[in-house]
Amino acid sequence: MVSVLERDSELRTRAWAAAASVVDPEIPVLTIADLGVLREVVLDGDQVEVKITPTYSGCPAMNIIALEIELALERAGFRHPKVRTVLSPAWTTDWMSEDGRQKLRAYGIAPPQASSSRRALFGAQAVACPQCGSENTELLSEFGSTSCKALWRCKSCREPFDYFKCH
Amino acid sequence: MPVANIQVSETPLVLYTLRRADDALILGHRLSEWCGHAPMLEEDMALSNIALDLIGQARELYSYAAKVEGKDNDEDKLAYLRDVRQYRNLLLVEQPNGDFAQTLVRQFFYSAFADLYWRAMMTSRDATLAAIAAKSEKESAYHLRHASEWLIRLGDGTDESHARAQAAIDHLWAFTGEMFDVDEGERALINAGIAIDPGLLRGRWLQTISDVVSEATLVLPQNNWMQQGGRTGRHSEHLGHLLSELQSMQRTFPGLTW
Repeated sequence: MVSVLERDSELRTRAWAAAASVVDPEIPVLTIADLGVLREVVLDGDQVEVKITPTYSGCPAMNIIALEIELALERAGFRHPKVRTVLSPAWTTDWMSEDGRQKLRAYGIAPPQASSSRRALFGAQAVACPQCGSENTELLSEFGSTSCKALWRCKSCREPFDYFKCH
Repeated sequence: MPVANIQVSETPLVLYTLRRADDALILGHRLSEWCGHAPMLEEDMALSNIALDLIGQARELYSYAAKVEGKDNDEDKLAYLRDVRQYRNLLLVEQPNGDFAQTLVRQFFYSAFADLYWRAMMTSRDATLAAIAAKSEKESAYHLRHASEWLIRLGDGTDESHARAQAAIDHLWAFTGEMFDVDEGERALINAGIAIDPGLLRGRWLQTISDVVSEATLVLPQNNWMQQGGRTGRHSEHLGHLLSELQSMQRTFPGLTW
């Protein structure tokens, strides 16, 4: 006979795995677990509540991510799952997994650098080109195609690329 | 049939939260007006991205104001069903976009303040406000960097860009004083550790903007007469026009959803 504790632990693992399978709609190589958006899965009896945190206050992907989590949990057999958005502690790119960083680079997006330079008003950054690896790159625009990215260009291979902003 | 304005019970905490929400929504809406019109594609994306951050902040703040009020209101009603005199935003953020320099200087004055303000608010005893502050300060720091770099480029650019940047500073200067004003209700929140005293940030704000303005070869006005009114609902004529556009769908089709 399986004890209640073992059953709960197994359920939670299954719920986490289902939620963690959801990908960012804008960067489909990254799961919300890679991003650090998935914070916690809470089990109360058979009721699951998933806590997520937004990358940026106005990120339009959050609504679809919440919906996808509900669908993934329903598919995994959880009924009426809840998704709750938590703001504190505030999301930071430091939470991105090493695996996530490598997947980003392979996808052609330069991963975020360490957060220590974020406060510098005009900080000089060296962002390596995800295509050729050269550090001879330049910033084209502080803002890119989504809230979380900036637009850069490699002066060695001449290719433009997205940089996942340090936040 | 016209849709009636909602009534809001403005306790000090509700009013405080509404003021910050209105700042973020109105400035976000102003920036969104540039979408498709900015001088270059990169700036079109930049201004829209900043607008998105601000509208995101506004949503969090409105939701919290509605929760604190504890009535039937929600974020949508607070944004769409209050009239001009019920809006509590700074006069600065409702000023028209003007030319690109005027938009950037407005953003520069506000972001330099918001960056300091939200960072200080992270210590609020109100857990929700502290959490909203922690998100907003990161975003504001980025907005400030963007506006500062542009101001230097415009001021230290051509005669034309220099003249326009200086004109924008001179025009908007009188709207900056209101950021540091505190009324009685807000003073009580400050004493309770829920809000922070913006007056204490004035020195650092002035230092930040002076450094950038001087690097941009521009000057700050010596005239320190400041315009007031936004915090108590006395607005410039521009806000009514902005709201007529912002609210037109909900006013025409009440309760409309996607």
